[in-house]
Amino acid sequence: MNNTQQVAKRPPDEAQHQSLAREHEHVLVPAADIFEDADGISVVLDMPGVSKDRLHVKADGNGLVVEGDAGISMPEGMEAVYADVRATHYRRSFGLTSELDAERIEALLKDGVLTLRIPKRAELKPRRIEIKSD
Amino acid sequence: MNRSQLFCGGLFQDFRRLEQEMDELLGPWSWPLGIRSTARGTWPPMNVGVTPGNVEVYLFAPGLDPKSIDISVQHNLLTVSGERKVTRGDEVSYRSERFAGEFRRAISLPEDVDPNRIRARYRDGVLQITAERPEATKPRQIKVN
Repeated sequence: MNNTQQVAKRPPDEAQHQSLAREHEHVLVPAADIFEDADGISVVLDMPGVSKDRLHVKADGNGLVVEGDAGISMPEGMEAVYADVRATHYRRSFGLTSELDAERIEALLKDGVLTLRIPKRAELKPRRIEIKSD
Repeated sequence: MNRSQLFCGGLFQDFRRLEQEMDELLGPWSWPLGIRSTARGTWPPMNVGVTPGNVEVYLFAPGLDPKSIDISVQHNLLTVSGERKVTRGDEVSYRSERFAGEFRRAISLPEDVDPNRIRARYRDGVLQITAERPEATKPRQIKVN
């Protein structure tokens, strides 16, 4: 009786994906924590219901785009009686600056929490400048 | 007609009517919560659905250890509580939007739910609680002879 209903079907190509994303009336903007240390920036996003195969993380020189669809298992013939969450498509984008290495972003998805690690380019890491005294 | 009658019969009734109309307009969204309803934005967000056989409660609570989630049922009041521990970098923080700390949500299940037949599972950060409704209360097709 239980079948996983995929409200937004995963499209075969990127162009179609974009147009489908635009069709979504409501897009959920996942809550984010962003922090930085000497080696890079960490972005943590709450995306409950999203599994690895429904998650898209795209990064280029200009920015980082995270998209995902929540696949919620719903029994047939279910009638909604209360809903805080009224959409299943998540999308959030972030601007990237040149000192960040978009090529080496690492992503980890666990229990609906996506953690992205964006390293700083090695040559651009802040250096401590020693002050010499006589 | 004295003043209190005017209020009880007339004005209050009008308010009640208005309330009913509002309820209809806004849909039956408030029933599972009743007096225990919380402000929008309470964590974790929740959806509730019903089928003839079950009541399904979905709590969008990512990043929890399933063992730490406390689900209890008293009569037909379902309570879900726990704590979400969030580790944030101790250096520079730019955004802290994610919920951190203790949470609790209470849901009044329909009277016909069997408190002994409630099961829960946690997948991809969504806690799904299924409460069964006994056979007797499922709608039956009644034939007209």
